[in-house]
Amino acid sequence: MKNHAKIKEVVFWALFFVIFGLIPLLEKSDYHLILANHILIWGMFAMAFNMLFGVTGMLSFGQALYYGLGAYSVGLMVKNFGDIWFLPAIGLGLLSATLVSILIGLLVIRVSGVYFTVLTLAFGQLVWQITFKWYHFTGGDDGIQSIIPPGILANHTVYYFFTLLLVAVSIWVLRRLVNSPMGLVLRCIRQNPDRVRFLGRRVRRNQLRIYVISSFFAALAGGLMAGVDNSIHPDMFYWTTSGEVILMAVIGGIGQFFGPFIGAALIIIIQDVVGARTEYWSLIIGLIMMVMVLILPKGLVGEVQLLRGRFRPDAKNRGENGTTFSA
Amino acid sequence: MDPSFIIMQFLSGLMMATLLFLVASGLTLIFGVGNVFNFAHGSFYMIGAYLAYQTVSAWHANFWISVLVAALGAGVLGMIAESVFLRRIYGRAEEGGFQILLTYSFILVIDDLVKLIWGAEYKSLARPTGFRGAIEIGGLTIPSYNLAIIGIGLVVVVMAWLILSRTRTGRIARAAALDREMLGSMGVNVPLTMTLVFGIATAMGGFAGALAAPLRSVVPGAGIEVIIDSLIVVVIGGMGNFWGAWLGALILGEVNSFAVATVPDWASLFNYLVMVLTLIFKPEGLFASRKIRKV
Repeated sequence: MKNHAKIKEVVFWALFFVIFGLIPLLEKSDYHLILANHILIWGMFAMAFNMLFGVTGMLSFGQALYYGLGAYSVGLMVKNFGDIWFLPAIGLGLLSATLVSILIGLLVIRVSGVYFTVLTLAFGQLVWQITFKWYHFTGGDDGIQSIIPPGILANHTVYYFFTLLLVAVSIWVLRRLVNSPMGLVLRCIRQNPDRVRFLGRRVRRNQLRIYVISSFFAALAGGLMAGVDNSIHPDMFYWTTSGEVILMAVIGGIGQFFGPFIGAALIIIIQDVVGARTEYWSLIIGLIMMVMVLILPKGLVGEVQLLRGRFRPDAKNRGENGTTFSA
Repeated sequence: MDPSFIIMQFLSGLMMATLLFLVASGLTLIFGVGNVFNFAHGSFYMIGAYLAYQTVSAWHANFWISVLVAALGAGVLGMIAESVFLRRIYGRAEEGGFQILLTYSFILVIDDLVKLIWGAEYKSLARPTGFRGAIEIGGLTIPSYNLAIIGIGLVVVVMAWLILSRTRTGRIARAAALDREMLGSMGVNVPLTMTLVFGIATAMGGFAGALAAPLRSVVPGAGIEVIIDSLIVVVIGGMGNFWGAWLGALILGEVNSFAVATVPDWASLFNYLVMVLTLIFKPEGLFASRKIRKV
């Protein structure tokens, strides 16, 4: 099992660097470069989200809050102080996401299950409303345009490799975290919080930690995205953004570390194929979500693994409770 | 602030509270009885509003008939949603999360179906004849439709409470909340009960949506705002608690009404303020009927 996980990891990283490293060399058009960049950033965002949902069992419906916070830190700083502040602004976004997530986290981890989901949603919508209405500061519904990264980062290919590097480091950090003792505690919290308490571990403190960590990477995703699209919009705070990242994780498989990344890639490709944001986009993702929940609850990566497990002679672990996180 | 202003705002808050309670009580009913969290409850509210619009504007029916049509339609759709989709995930590991995801997919699908059928533009509905004017009481002019809503709300609250506490149906519902397996072994058709309870709850949502249609414009995507508000109500009152939901609705309705009158631009933020205060001081709700597992 351990060996198996190692192989999976090596395969993922090899594919990751080969595919995403070669795209800029093969593709001269900016279009596909931006598409690949979206996959990288959303993939990282979805993996960070899955640290909450898949690993710890906390279904947050408000991660858009931190995504938007990261993006708006960059947008507002660049707009008001010039593009030289692009990188410090990403740092500011991370810092503010950390502080805000500690404050909100202290409130929302007081409740669990459905309540947690709904309260994270409510806080997300709160910040969305403020952004939407505070026109002279945030630009309201217009958002902020022409956010150009400074210096050589303004070059799309350079910026692409910049995100590739940061995303790779982030995924590596998250991976280390899942395999760390803290990751083990988090997985235990998902399965049986009472027992974690009996073992002398603090459930709430660990939940707060992972909430802050996940939010930190959501803000990083937002900040990086501002540089890819060169514009931001209050919809980044909207609940549908949180919903989309959830869908990505569910499609790929919430019980898998790399699943959400695959899910993100799929959703973005589907989005691209059906013509980004058709009028009935939410019908499409709604139907996808329905199928996933009813028929393929383990996600694509999880179901593939389950199938493979069936053909192995020594298959003891057929994953009857296959949505449980296996690192 | 003169007293007439306060009374006016209080009454308008009472009306908002009634509508909120009608929606939130449906939500809390399914959660209390069936242990199902219906994230799409607000979408049934929206369906109710559209059905009322359809009945009145296209079929030229009486408004009160359209309210009944809306409640029935939302109820039937709710029963279909429960028996075709939700039933399949009962008892699955991590059911709670999947309930949210599945009902979330309902929101997305219903939103777009509504857009497909009725278009994305705003729809409006006139107040019913006989309730277009205002009534004067002691120098105050109160819109008569607001009073009608408050009255209807009171009747529904009392009826629902009587049914829940005094009838056999209510006993079955309360028993289902406690132990479904035992209820089944007593010869009650539990799956049917669940479907019916779900239908009643979504019918209440549709009923509220139809009543609210003349007051607010009918627009796709309204479901999510409604669900957040009714969840704040439920958080204040304690999930699965009938009277708690009523108190929560009252608090939220009044806060909202006074906020709209004093700081109209930022009024909706006060809902969240109430929620945050509740969470800080009484996270299990003011009237928690069962202790939330503090995980």
